[in-house]
Amino acid sequence: MARPKIKRNSTNIDMTAMCDVAFLLLSFFILTTKFKPAEAVPITPPSSVSAQVAPSKDVCLINITKDGKVFIAIDDEGKRSGVLNTLNTTRNLGLSSGEMAALAKQPFFGSALAQLKQVATMPADKLTGDVLPGIPCKDSTNNEMIDWMRAVNSTYQGQTLNLLMKGDNTSKYPAFSNVIKALKKNDFLKFQMVTNPESVPAGTELYNKAMQGIKQADL
Amino acid sequence: MAEMDTSGGGGGKKGPGVKKSKKLSTRVDLTPMVDLGFLLITFFIFTTTMSQPTAMKLFLPKDAENPDDNNKAKESGALTILLGKDNNVFFYEGILAPDGSNFKSSNFTDIRKEIIRKKQTTPEKDFVVVIKATNESTYKNVIDILDEMTINVVKRYALVDISEPEDQVVKLTEGSNAAK
Repeated sequence: MARPKIKRNSTNIDMTAMCDVAFLLLSFFILTTKFKPAEAVPITPPSSVSAQVAPSKDVCLINITKDGKVFIAIDDEGKRSGVLNTLNTTRNLGLSSGEMAALAKQPFFGSALAQLKQVATMPADKLTGDVLPGIPCKDSTNNEMIDWMRAVNSTYQGQTLNLLMKGDNTSKYPAFSNVIKALKKNDFLKFQMVTNPESVPAGTELYNKAMQGIKQADL
Repeated sequence: MAEMDTSGGGGGKKGPGVKKSKKLSTRVDLTPMVDLGFLLITFFIFTTTMSQPTAMKLFLPKDAENPDDNNKAKESGALTILLGKDNNVFFYEGILAPDGSNFKSSNFTDIRKEIIRKKQTTPEKDFVVVIKATNESTYKNVIDILDEMTINVVKRYALVDISEPEDQVVKLTEGSNAAK
């Protein structure tokens, strides 16, 4: 009996197509990745069940670090110089236009008003949360956050402002409380706190409502 | 003059001694390159945090000029939650008794039961949760308790500064708990 001749196929597969796919995906992921904006200091925010995504435009972000230092980060350079201008005139800081321009280039503010002149001369790469002392707001007599927020208020007059607060898990309550006091003084009664998303615990009322299709915002 | 080696195109007529040059295949094995590509993809996928930060809204009440103008909560419907140090939670209903008899301690997992119980036993319009944080509590504690309000759909709650007697009671209780 003649055995049927089995055709031997080559085990070599053309990998070109697969290679194309792999690198296409790779370039897609690299290009779509957004880098985190410069942060004064690494802050790990607490998590909450809130489903609302934090806004990323027209943001004034108040950072509270774990040592209770307070930083203000404003995303728009024009607004930053506006805030500085206002502070310079209202508090008579005596900053020259060159110093103001240098300060406006820095992504965040985190020093006492009196130290701004000195901070303006610091190179940008040296500016980290460890070097800057933070905006003083420890006691009610010298709460400079009030001045900062007043300047922010007048700069953003009539424009959309998303006031965000981002605190570290381990930062103590007084820092938060002092910032709130400064906000209240300037009639900023509405703000948002940046958190990490967290799932709603099963069996709770919010969970049941979510199952019924009721959105958190409608509650 | 330099000469191009055009062996192969010569119609096959070669004299003896002319070596037939080997035609190399242009095919390259791409398997390692694919491996590398997918390795990088996996690396990027695992290192990218897809989760966008969320934001929870907080509305502050405006401080009244006159303390008498402040919103008054009905005593029967009020649940006051106090945040101590080391994630301790204390609560009392209504007004704090002078002897501290209605002052109870709890923690972040058990406080939910209390909130639900209080919510179910009081009429909805009277129910209000007052949150008071001591200076020892952390930002996370405050967010957690505000989150608890969202989880249990508490419509009325307020973040209030702690009063001196309450602070004392919290400190005393924490002290006695630590001594045990």
